[in-house]
Amino acid sequence: MELRKVKFEVLRYRPGQDVEPVFETYEVDCMEDWVVLDALNAIKDDIDPTLSHRWSCRMGVCGSCGMLVNGRPVLTCAAFVRNYEGTIRVEPLSNFPVVRDLVVELDSFIEKIRSVKPWIIRKIEKDVSEGEYLQSAAQLEEFKQFSMCINCALCYAACPVLANEPEFVGPAAIALAHRYNLDSRDEGNAERYERLVQGDGVWACSYANECSQVCPKHVDPAMAVNQAKLNTALQWTKILPKRSFT
Amino acid sequence: MDAIRHDIILVGGGGAGLRAAIAAVEANPKLSVACVSKLYPMRSHTVSAEGGAAACARDDDSLDLHAYDTLKGSDFLADQDCVEIFVNDAPKELTQLEHWGCPWSREKDGRAAVRFFGGMTVKRTWYATDKTGFHMLHALFQTSLKYDRIVRYDEYFATKILVENGRAVGVAAFDIRTGKMHAVLGRAVILCTGGAGRIFPFTTNASVKTGDGMALAYRAGVGLKDMEFVQYHPTGLPGTGILMTEASRGEGGYLKNNKGERFLVTYDYGVGNKAELGPRDMVSRAEMREFQAGRGFKGPYGDYVHLELMHLGEEKIDKRLPFVRELAKNYVGVDPVWQPIPVRPVVHYMMGGVDTDSHGATEMPGLYAAGECACVSINGANRLGSNSLTECLVFGARSGRAAAQFAAGSSAGSETAALEQGRSEEARLAKLRGKHGGEKIAQIRRELTHAMESGCGVFREEESMRAALDTVVQLKGRYADIGLSDTSQIFNTEVVQALELGNMIDVAEAVVLAAADRRESRGAHTRTDYPTRDDKQWWKHSLVKFAPDGPRLTYKPVVKTRWELEERKY
Repeated sequence: MELRKVKFEVLRYRPGQDVEPVFETYEVDCMEDWVVLDALNAIKDDIDPTLSHRWSCRMGVCGSCGMLVNGRPVLTCAAFVRNYEGTIRVEPLSNFPVVRDLVVELDSFIEKIRSVKPWIIRKIEKDVSEGEYLQSAAQLEEFKQFSMCINCALCYAACPVLANEPEFVGPAAIALAHRYNLDSRDEGNAERYERLVQGDGVWACSYANECSQVCPKHVDPAMAVNQAKLNTALQWTKILPKRSFT
Repeated sequence: MDAIRHDIILVGGGGAGLRAAIAAVEANPKLSVACVSKLYPMRSHTVSAEGGAAACARDDDSLDLHAYDTLKGSDFLADQDCVEIFVNDAPKELTQLEHWGCPWSREKDGRAAVRFFGGMTVKRTWYATDKTGFHMLHALFQTSLKYDRIVRYDEYFATKILVENGRAVGVAAFDIRTGKMHAVLGRAVILCTGGAGRIFPFTTNASVKTGDGMALAYRAGVGLKDMEFVQYHPTGLPGTGILMTEASRGEGGYLKNNKGERFLVTYDYGVGNKAELGPRDMVSRAEMREFQAGRGFKGPYGDYVHLELMHLGEEKIDKRLPFVRELAKNYVGVDPVWQPIPVRPVVHYMMGGVDTDSHGATEMPGLYAAGECACVSINGANRLGSNSLTECLVFGARSGRAAAQFAAGSSAGSETAALEQGRSEEARLAKLRGKHGGEKIAQIRRELTHAMESGCGVFREEESMRAALDTVVQLKGRYADIGLSDTSQIFNTEVVQALELGNMIDVAEAVVLAAADRRESRGAHTRTDYPTRDDKQWWKHSLVKFAPDGPRLTYKPVVKTRWELEERKY
C-alpha cells in the first residue's frame, strides 16, 4: 500500500512546561486506509512519545478519541486522512478544560449525565424470577435511537450554549434522560423533570442543532432536547394545579 | 502519598467489574466499593462486543443443553461444575440486565429475542441488534450511577496488589491525570481488567487490553490458568482487525473462498452440517487451510475470505446487523447489502486467566477475579461465542457477592504497611518517568507481538514456539533498559504504555510457556506436530506461577460431573 506524507499540526500543552498551548508540526507517512488516530499513534510511537491523547476501541464505539480535526469535533478513529486536503490540524475538544495536549477533563460531563438519573426508576421493582418486562418492537423503537449515545462528548464541544453557559446540562445528558422517559419500563419522568426544568436544563438550549450535526451515532440529541422540552411543559401542567392551590 | 479507604477495591470497570460492584453493594449496602479503572468505565472493551449474550430462554432449550454445548465447545477442558453454575445463573443475569434497561431486541410477543450463534444447538443468544456489549455496558454503567456507595476512580492505573500477611487488602494505583500514587486500601480486591489481546499484532481488542489484572495477580504469586488457549475469531477485517460479529453467520451469512465455494460445506473441516455456525477455533482453522490451499483472496494485509450477507437483504441487515454494515462501509468501503466483506482470523479472546473458583476467589485470600481476566474455567480450550458477555455478568455478580461476604468478615489492611508498599511503587513510577535507556517502548512492543503471532498463531509447532519463548525472555531483558522521554506528572501516557508493556511481556511469557509444553491439539491450541487430542496425558489445566528466576509451569485436574469426554465432531 502506498504511503503519503501528511503534515499534522497538533496542539500541545503540558502544564508546568508550556506557558500556553502551542501547535507542533509533525510529518507522518500515512497509509491510504489510515484514520487521524493512526497518525497520532504513529507520532506517539515513532516521532514524539510525549504526545498525550486518549483512544481505545478504534472502531467508533468506546467514545474515547473525540478531538477537533480542522476545527470540527470528530471521532479521530473514524476520520480518514484521505478525506482531508493539506495540513491537518488536531486540537482537544472545545468547551472542556484541557488537562494536557489532546486530553480534556470530562468530570463535569459525567456528573451531568448522572444528574439526570439515567437508570430505570420504578415504584415497585419486579423480581428477576418473574421474568423480563414485555416490550413491543414499537415500544423499543420509541427510545432506541436515544440509547445509541456513546458519551463521546462531541455534542458538548459543538454546542454554542455550552460555550457561554458551562453549567448547561447539555445535549447528551438530555437525550439520555429522554431515552429513559420514553422507555415503557420506566416511571421516573417526574423525578427527572426536577433536573431538566432548572435554568440550566432543557430550556437553556437555543436549538442551534450543532449537536445533531456532529453526533457520530445519529442520536439526534437536538430532537431529543426538543421533545424533552415538550415533555417538561406537559409535566409542568400536571404539577401546576398542585403548586397553585395547595 | 495518601491512603484511600474503602471496603472492596475493584480494578476495572467493564461488564464484569460494574456487575461486581453492583452485586457487592446490593449484598451489603454498608460496604463501599472503589472502582479503580484506567479508563472511564463506559469506554471499557465490553463496549465493542457485538453479537449477544447466551442464556437458556426457550422451551426447545435446557440448562443441560447449554452446558453440553459449552463443554463440547471447550473441547472438554472446562470444569463441569462451574459450567453448571454458569448456565444456571445465566438466564437470571440477562433478565436482571433487562430490568436495568438494557434495550434487548424483542420477539413479537414482547420477550427478549434470541438468535443462533456458533456451536450453540438452539437459539439462545440474547441480543441488542449487533451492539449488545455497548448496550449492556451502558446499562450497567448508568445503573451503577445510582449507588452512592460505588465510588469511581476514573483513569487511575493500578500498579500493584497490596498484600498483608498473604491477604489482598488493596492496590497501589496512580491518578493518570496528576501522576500521584495512592494506596487504595480495603478488605478485598476484585480484578476485572479484561484480556490481553494486545500481546498480538492483529486483534479485535481495544488498545487497553494489555493483561494488567493478569500481570498484577501473577506478580502477587497467583497462578495463571490455561494461558495457551488464545481464541482467533474467524471474521475480522484485514488491516484493522475490527470484528464482524459472529451474528452475521448466526443470521444466515456465508463464508466463501475465491472459487465461490462455501468451503465449510464443500470440504471436511469437522463442522458437519453446522457449516458457518461451527465454533470459532474450527472455522478459523478452516480459513487458514483455505489460504494454504490457495483458495483465499489476496490483499495488502494477506489472504482473506468473503463473508457474504447479500442474500439476507437490506431490511434484515439493517434490522439485525446495522453496526456490521456501518463498520464495513466505514473501514473497508464495502456495503454488505451489495458486496461481500473481506475477513480473516484475528486474535479475539483469552480463554486463560487468573485461576479462580466459581465464586471468583483466587488462591490468595481476599483476591477475586472475574470476566476475561479470570479463568474459572467455563471456556476450557475454546469459548463459544456469546458466552463471554454472560460470563462477565454471572461471575462478576458472584465475585462481587463473595468479596462482600469476605470483606464483612475481615479487618481492613494496615494503613502503615499499605503506605509503605505504596511508597515503593511511587519510587518505581518516579524512576520510570523520563528514564534513560536505549530501548524504545514501541519497538519492544512490535517485536513482542510479532513473536507471539509467529509462535502462537492458529497453527503451532515446537520450533516456532521455542523461538517465540526465547524472544519473549530476551525482550524481558531489553525492557529493563527502556528509555522514556516524558518527564511530566500530568497525563503521562508514555509511563502508562511502559507499565502496560511490562504487563504484556509477563502475560505473553505465560502464554507461550504453557503453549510450548502442551503436546497435543485441543480447542484453540492446534499443533501441527501433535495433531490430536490426548486425554490420557493432557486432560488438565496448565498453571503458570511467578518465580524470581522465571515462571514455573504446573498442572491441575479438570473437574468432571455428569458428562463423559467425547470426540469433538459437529
